[in-house]
Amino acid sequence: MTGNNFEDQLKDELIPDAGPIAGPPGDSSDMSVVTSEKLALVDSEAARAALADVPWEPGAKKPDPILVADNVVRRFGGLTAVDAEHVEVQRGVITALIGPNGAGKTTFFNLLTNFDTPDEGTRVFDGHNIDNVPAHKIANYGMVRTFQLTKALSKMTVIENMKLGATGQKGETLWRSVLPFMWKSQEKEIEARADALLERFKLSHMRDEFAGTMSGGQRKLLEMARALMVEPTMVMLDEPMAGVNPALTQSLLGHVTGLRDAGMTVLFVEHDMDMVQEISDWVIVMAEGRIIAEGPPATIGQNQAVVDAYLGSHHDSALDLDVEL
Amino acid sequence: MDWGSIIESLFRGLIGESFIVFALAAIGLNLHFGYTGLLNFGQAVFMAAGAYGLAMMVATIGPAANRNFGWDLSESTLFWAGIFVGVIVFPVIFAFVMGIPTLRLRADYLAIVTIAVAEIFRIVVRSPQPGIKKWTNSSDGLTGFSGTFYDMSPFGTQDRYLFNLFTGNQMFLVIVGWVVLAFAAAVCWLLIRSPWGRVLKAIREDEDAARSLGKNAYSYKMQALILGGIFGAVGGMIRAIGFSVAQPDNFITDVTFFVWVALILGGAGKVLAPIVGASLLYGLLNFSDTFLREGVSADVIPDSIMTGTQVGQVRFMLMGLGLALLAAFRPQGIFGNKEEMALDDR
Repeated sequence: MTGNNFEDQLKDELIPDAGPIAGPPGDSSDMSVVTSEKLALVDSEAARAALADVPWEPGAKKPDPILVADNVVRRFGGLTAVDAEHVEVQRGVITALIGPNGAGKTTFFNLLTNFDTPDEGTRVFDGHNIDNVPAHKIANYGMVRTFQLTKALSKMTVIENMKLGATGQKGETLWRSVLPFMWKSQEKEIEARADALLERFKLSHMRDEFAGTMSGGQRKLLEMARALMVEPTMVMLDEPMAGVNPALTQSLLGHVTGLRDAGMTVLFVEHDMDMVQEISDWVIVMAEGRIIAEGPPATIGQNQAVVDAYLGSHHDSALDLDVEL
Repeated sequence: MDWGSIIESLFRGLIGESFIVFALAAIGLNLHFGYTGLLNFGQAVFMAAGAYGLAMMVATIGPAANRNFGWDLSESTLFWAGIFVGVIVFPVIFAFVMGIPTLRLRADYLAIVTIAVAEIFRIVVRSPQPGIKKWTNSSDGLTGFSGTFYDMSPFGTQDRYLFNLFTGNQMFLVIVGWVVLAFAAAVCWLLIRSPWGRVLKAIREDEDAARSLGKNAYSYKMQALILGGIFGAVGGMIRAIGFSVAQPDNFITDVTFFVWVALILGGAGKVLAPIVGASLLYGLLNFSDTFLREGVSADVIPDSIMTGTQVGQVRFMLMGLGLALLAAFRPQGIFGNKEEMALDDR
């Protein structure tokens, strides 16, 4: 992408009355507004460096895994959609989960976030066994997810969407809710945090609009910003690039790498190979419900199992994953 | 034509007892449907819960307890206990019965179960089986529970009040009703503006999104179901006190749909909608009824068009026509926002 052209497009997309953009696209990676004490302890550079010693094989052990899944099996009737023997996700890096259509990526993703229950297997997140934990409690442990079909809450304003994301709100208890003095001060803090995030995601001008009036890309941004209100340690993104205007792609990528640089762990499911090549630090490949390969993004295209999975086993050249780069 | 009685009837509809009853029930339904997205087609059973909770405590359960345990609970003690049972205990039981099996499922399951529970309760209550009739008095219903309430009335029973609109007892009931209604509306207003209300709206928009942000959707839906049911029960209780009888057929399915009409007319998801909706609904129903009756009896409307006995049906035909027009020209209701409503379609 060429700088000027892209910036102009971005301007049109985000700021109707084109004012100057606050800074170079890189500034979106400054996630200081969401950095919590827990995240400050994570050295993302060191975490990435540590991946260098990890063998490129399915189920590889990571030096500091935040999420571990063991023997996770999910069947739909006679069909085994997911059968993952062992997966570890390294803390503080961006991990991509890829695979051809029908590989079970989204099913596996739902199992990892507890939006679906596996028939067998255990999952441990950040020291908590989450096998019998309801989906809504996962957020309190610091894992938050987004959805493939963006779930902007259409008939709520953007700022309401944001404020909803904060956890531990006193005013969300029924009896306290009718006594505004019990939660007004906390509400102010939450609102300030929400406004700072909206600023960061360049959505401030939409603050009081209904989320339903936003474009697809803006909804993606809102969903991501709202997820950050949870103050997560791990962000799970289900096809973050699906349906996003190319002009916004770069900005979204910037935000995702920004999460990592702030110390968060990111796992995303994606079809878009450009994105996988560009921002992921580690790639996990699924096919037919199994983990068939792992490794740094640059090596994945040469992996025989991956090539077979994508193209079938009869072919003669290595898969060219970075066609457009 | 006696315009005086037509106007009187109009005002009795706009501000009278039926308005209060249906406004309260619609506030509850607004909490269910307008804010949480719960399809409750059994609001009548919550109203019946309020009516029967009070009536049974005073008329059957209380006296039976006095006899069997040798207690000596006075009628007024039983009346206040009955209010507690009717407003809290029964609605909570019904909400659990409806909600526990269905609130984890898609919205339509709740719709089916609510309408079923409402009809099952009504049919059981009107059963002539001696074992049940002993407690509910079948289709004749229970009486003799409203004495304590009217004893508190400061108004003379022989006089008429507020431009002759109400008798003393009616006046007392209506004033108490207005206060309760204002209180309910204020509570609803506070709830909706709180973070709690924000979670309800999020659940209405997308349950999974709310869950991914750490909100226990099931628990919030249950709280909304119970709370909305309580508002309905208060309405039903006022209805029973107004009629001085708790009768199963005062809580047929039609009652639920009248509540829905009041809510849709006002515009679901707005705090004042149920109140204005119920007021207009009963104002118009009363007006058309008296107007047509007066017209028929004064021969302004000839018998070839309709007779006095047909007025009852004709006014509901008019109501149906009105609803069809509302759906066509102002689907968002009086307070609704058309742009907001259209966001669904994107």
